[in-house]
Amino acid sequence: MNWEYIQKYLPMYEKAALLTLKLGVIGILCAILIGLCCAVILYYRVPVFKRIVAVYIELSRNTPLLVQLFFIYYGLPKIGIATSAEVCGIAGLAFLGGSYMAESFRSGFEAIDKIQEESAASLGMNSHQIMRYVILPQAVSVSVPGFLANIIFLLKETSVFSAISLMDLMFTAKDLIGLYYKTTESLVLLVFFYLIILLPVSLLGMWVERRVRYAGFGA
Amino acid sequence: MEETILTVNHLKKEYEGKPILNDLDLEVKKGEVVVIIGPSGCGKSTLLRCMNGLEQIQSGSVKLREDTIEAGAGNLVRIRQKIGMVFQNYELFPHLSVLNNILLAPTKVQKRDKKDVKEEALKLLDRVGLRDKADSYPRQLSGGQKQRVAIVRALCMNPEILLFDEVTAALDPEMVREVLDVMLELAKQKRTMVIVTHEMQFAQAVADRVLFIDQGKILEEGTPEEIFKHPKKERTKQFLNIFQFKKVEERKIS
Repeated sequence: MNWEYIQKYLPMYEKAALLTLKLGVIGILCAILIGLCCAVILYYRVPVFKRIVAVYIELSRNTPLLVQLFFIYYGLPKIGIATSAEVCGIAGLAFLGGSYMAESFRSGFEAIDKIQEESAASLGMNSHQIMRYVILPQAVSVSVPGFLANIIFLLKETSVFSAISLMDLMFTAKDLIGLYYKTTESLVLLVFFYLIILLPVSLLGMWVERRVRYAGFGA
Repeated sequence: MEETILTVNHLKKEYEGKPILNDLDLEVKKGEVVVIIGPSGCGKSTLLRCMNGLEQIQSGSVKLREDTIEAGAGNLVRIRQKIGMVFQNYELFPHLSVLNNILLAPTKVQKRDKKDVKEEALKLLDRVGLRDKADSYPRQLSGGQKQRVAIVRALCMNPEILLFDEVTAALDPEMVREVLDVMLELAKQKRTMVIVTHEMQFAQAVADRVLFIDQGKILEEGTPEEIFKHPKKERTKQFLNIFQFKKVEERKIS
């Protein structure tokens, strides 16, 4: 283990980690938004849209992120949409994550008894109010475990970004290995930085899960 | 006599082609307590659910003063604000505290001032003996307590009429009593109520008028005295007999 090397290239990894984190966070936020919209469409069985959502979910879940990224990165310019690699990375993550988030939110919605909706309706709430104050809070808290697992999964998936030459952690490690053959040091740093990003998320997740678990209301 | 506030006119409700309610008429006057009895599956719960539009009806109408529910039409949101409903399984919102369960609809739907509603809610909770539970969550309450909260939640909307759908069917006997006492109290305050129940003694005590429904029709109606002591129809007698037990030695061996 060459500590000098590690010290020298630490700043590069730091920069790469920030990029990974930035793209990951934005992509995941978009994925949550897409997932929620899809889950609501499925819950209300909105005609036409529910079909589109079903196709999207199957398409997104059954193709690898790498393939999706290639489509976005090489395909979009062909139809005249030129964007940066960063935007492509975020779009890819959102496209993949949207379906995973949709599925976990959907299971949350399905766990809420239909009569809760009737109970709210009998108090004179309109469908918007029922969704916002009664169904959504319960559905979201039921889907917390799946939701947190998705976040960790998606953060790890960002390692594929290196394939579209985004200088994320994975890219940096591969680059340095290629340049200096310091395989051990590069990989140790890589693991270290992924753990720095993901461990706090996991721990935070465990804490949140305990707090908001459905059965835990008032506990 | 008091004015009629709720009218059910030629109500027809089918489920998958099977008639549940068949050309049913009903009038409820202000301050009246109407109790509906009848065998399981006779349509009594469905009737209540049709009254506030939770069930689609095929024809006929439900009228509450100037508001009307018809097949596929009616301003449900407005009419439901004037009709309170209490369910068999309480259906409190598990993610909200008792107080917030009660405050949700008055503040968000009726846009009333939170402070005023809170004051009213606490007063009502006090009357049903649950003031100290205001900050508890539904899962921390017993069935009877949950049902009393559900009643307070409905009351806080200041409804013109309250519907009770077998509200004690899921409760232990002691808890049945605490809920029925609250309802008797409401009857004393001259609240307009329509109650579906299997508690026959309670029905006799609380009702101004009793309806016996069978196969989607009102078969017999009258004062509690008439229905329980001197039922005219054979079917009514047969149904009420279910609630009587003969001494062992009087039972015929079959």
